[in-house]
Amino acid sequence: MKAAVIVFPGSNCDRDVQVALRQSMGREPLMVWHKETDFDAVDLIVLPGGFSYGDYLRCGAMAANSPVMKEVVARAAKGVAVLGICNGFQMLTETGLLPGVLMRNADLRFVCRDVGIKVETSQSVFTSRYEQGEAIRIPVAHHDGNYFADEDTLSALEDRGQIAFRYCDADGTVTPQANPNGSQRNIAGVYNEAKTVLGLMPHPERLADPKLGGNDGRPIFDGLVEALS
Amino acid sequence: MTTAMASERPVTPEVVREHGLSDAEYELVLDIMGRAPNLLELGIFSVMWSEHCSYKSSKKWLKTLPTKGPQVIKGPGENAGVIDIGEGLAAIFKMESHNHPSFIEPYQGAATGVGGILRDVFTMGARPVANLNALRFGAPEHPKTRHLVAGVVAGIGGYGNCVGVPTVGGEINFDPSYNGNILVNAMTVGIAPADRIFYSAAAGVGKPVVYVGSKTGRDGIHGATMASAEFDEDSEEKRPTVQVGDPFTEKLLIEACLELMATDAIVAIQDMGAAGLTSSSFEMASKGGSGVELELDKVPCREDGMTPYEMMLSESQERMLIVLQPGKEGLARGIFQKWDLDFAVIGHLTDSGRMVLKMHGQVVGDLPIDPLAEASPEYDRPWQPTPPRGDIDPASLTTATAAAEALTRLMATPDLCSKRWVWEQYDHTVMADTVARPGGDAAVVRIHGSNRGLAMASDCTPRYCEAGPERGGAQAVAESWRNLTAVGARPLAVTDNMNFGNPERPEIMGQFVGCIAGMKAACDALSYPVVSGNVSLYNETNGQAILPTPVIGGVGLIDDLDCLIGAALPGPDQAIVLIGETLGHLGASIYLRDIEDRRDGAPPPVDLADERRNGDFVRAQIHQGGVSACHDLSDGGLAVALAEMALAGDCGADISGALPENTPLTAWLFGEDQARYLVTSSDAEAVLAAAAEAGVAARLLGRSGGDRLILAEGEAISLAELREAHDNWLGDYMKGQG
Repeated sequence: MKAAVIVFPGSNCDRDVQVALRQSMGREPLMVWHKETDFDAVDLIVLPGGFSYGDYLRCGAMAANSPVMKEVVARAAKGVAVLGICNGFQMLTETGLLPGVLMRNADLRFVCRDVGIKVETSQSVFTSRYEQGEAIRIPVAHHDGNYFADEDTLSALEDRGQIAFRYCDADGTVTPQANPNGSQRNIAGVYNEAKTVLGLMPHPERLADPKLGGNDGRPIFDGLVEALS
Repeated sequence: MTTAMASERPVTPEVVREHGLSDAEYELVLDIMGRAPNLLELGIFSVMWSEHCSYKSSKKWLKTLPTKGPQVIKGPGENAGVIDIGEGLAAIFKMESHNHPSFIEPYQGAATGVGGILRDVFTMGARPVANLNALRFGAPEHPKTRHLVAGVVAGIGGYGNCVGVPTVGGEINFDPSYNGNILVNAMTVGIAPADRIFYSAAAGVGKPVVYVGSKTGRDGIHGATMASAEFDEDSEEKRPTVQVGDPFTEKLLIEACLELMATDAIVAIQDMGAAGLTSSSFEMASKGGSGVELELDKVPCREDGMTPYEMMLSESQERMLIVLQPGKEGLARGIFQKWDLDFAVIGHLTDSGRMVLKMHGQVVGDLPIDPLAEASPEYDRPWQPTPPRGDIDPASLTTATAAAEALTRLMATPDLCSKRWVWEQYDHTVMADTVARPGGDAAVVRIHGSNRGLAMASDCTPRYCEAGPERGGAQAVAESWRNLTAVGARPLAVTDNMNFGNPERPEIMGQFVGCIAGMKAACDALSYPVVSGNVSLYNETNGQAILPTPVIGGVGLIDDLDCLIGAALPGPDQAIVLIGETLGHLGASIYLRDIEDRRDGAPPPVDLADERRNGDFVRAQIHQGGVSACHDLSDGGLAVALAEMALAGDCGADISGALPENTPLTAWLFGEDQARYLVTSSDAEAVLAAAAEAGVAARLLGRSGGDRLILAEGEAISLAELREAHDNWLGDYMKGQG
């Protein structure tokens, strides 16, 4: 698999995801600067977490209009896998590659903690290494992760199997207490219709190493390598 | 001859006073200048000689602290301290206060405190890897406290989270003495190649002086002078002296500076912190024995019409001054342009020994550098020792509170309750190297790409420092050393942040002198030198001083992260062993204050030989795998430490079978004797035997297991009840329900 990590000014999880990809790929991903408009063909594009352009307009809004994003959108249309984590998820909703928006957390505070998320399907290039219904534990760290879409959109997402992850407790039960930010229907991550684009708020790259107290994020990267090689 | 700007106010005695200079200091100014200064020059003297920049009241005593050791690469005097952490790497760290601004404007005050300390560290070539903060607020019931807590925590998070440096640890106390003067002390730890450390001394005639980062605005003018005075009712009108932070620009500045540092273009580099362009250019030229000429028209400004006075005294954030090797301007400009940052050559070094400031081709300021720096006042302020206090006789305790009930109450006090509400607002997992998260004795961050780690903690017990400054100073250092030891780290060095009241009062100066004496003794005994620090005086409002608060930020090294242990009880059937001697010292304890409502008594003695022996023993046991968990004993003594271990591990414990015969139960459970640790082990005999051999006091207390803490016969409490009390206080309080 070949992968590219897009680096925006203000990205701060670019190195973390680079490390996680390297660990699973056995080689370096391409690091692509936001001012570039063309880069080598890759099988996976990662939009990392952080505060792109300071998030001063609206989270992800400036990045969605950056030179490199035209290329990302074009490649996504051709079926290249795109993974947006945290700020990357916000960019994906801002570009329209994914439906919905990410609003300020319901309690208006930044939240950093490990959360449980339930894998809604293992039928995607991102989640093939998980069991359907499995609860995994990885951290969130965001101020604007409150997923919102109108009821029709939410129902359509559910009907088409586009919900990737939901916040849940340790044994996989989806409860209001497990929801760290007020997201509709506890949604932590969503796919596009073809399930080639995934956006999620939690950070799999931050718990992909047992030394850090957990390895539940690693199967996403291992699974991608397996599926896209 | 300098030209005064046409619009400038003349320098009258009143203007001199407004600039915080005493008559004697102004005489010295006239002496040095050989003429009356213009307003710009007066402003420069004012900030350079402010308490904040000159350390004029504290210098004499700071010089007595130990600053050397084989691990020290660079001690105090630079932007931050530098220590050797092996394998070709250095740790660079410092703690700095942003107290006055944070009280006036909590969000921006705290945010820019984080920004400033980050710059101090990356200025020297380090990538910041961890932030900590030590916070002190007024009484919870004070009408401002909630607002200040919310603003400060949001500000620290808002800045650190955006920059992408994990905030991994710290401490929070509440005390009425901070009602009018909160303390916000921020610490940053960074890692650099040991052979590529950057300093501020700038030499070489003609070399270009370059300004990079954000534009200069009219914010923070006289921030350093404001931070060198007491508060009164009108202090909130000083809001315009508080700077405004832009963490996004800081993030770009970090990346751009580190990129430039990887080349050989830099002669010297210095961030523009307190007193901005003035102190950065002065320090660079002074340390390098140079002169400097600046063309102020070239300074990137946020608005038109800024005067030289405003430019030189602005404390706008996210700016750096760099002296480049000649011919490297193009290379450097390219890097800063890539990151969309301002870059301007604003002057050059000279051999005149003077700072010459020009605007529109005219000289608007001309000052001698060394005389100003060297003549910077140093005071031997009169001081009065704090009167010693007696010990507390446990028999004098009047309230007959059951131990279990007292423990539940203590675990829910503002000082001892869970601080999760705070640290969940800080991104503590970014950079994917945080191996011990907030809430333990010390935070641990892995050295990227290795199996080694840096442990760090911040500590101070202000009520001890008030009750007995010398013991309090020693205890702060010892507790920091213990916290690092408890995770298995070798403590290496400290940064100190000395927060006190008005040094012109002999009793306050006596607290300062006493704390320094205690710190010196402890740093010497524990081979734990001071490599950087900061002093914040005048933390007073209307004559009410804060508790003396010398915060110690310690850094230690873990050579093998496989040995790392935490404080959580690792499960049932572990033996619980108390390391260290328990005499049941209750003076100045949390129990006395929060259960008995008494603030008397001497603080606990700090036997530094015991500290060293016990700590070295515990660390060796951790390295050998002899113990499975470890926690240091501090506020609230044995009972609180055990409760914290039980809650962290979600496992009960029974220590009712090992009560001492000669110590009253309250003193045994809640006494705050120093040099103690609780450890757990599956082989108690081995631990006890090793302790006996090492001459370390050790006592088997009982075993882990169950869902209750059993402190003594009839003194049991369920973990669920304890957790309820411990976890919810702060969140409920912030919701207005506390």
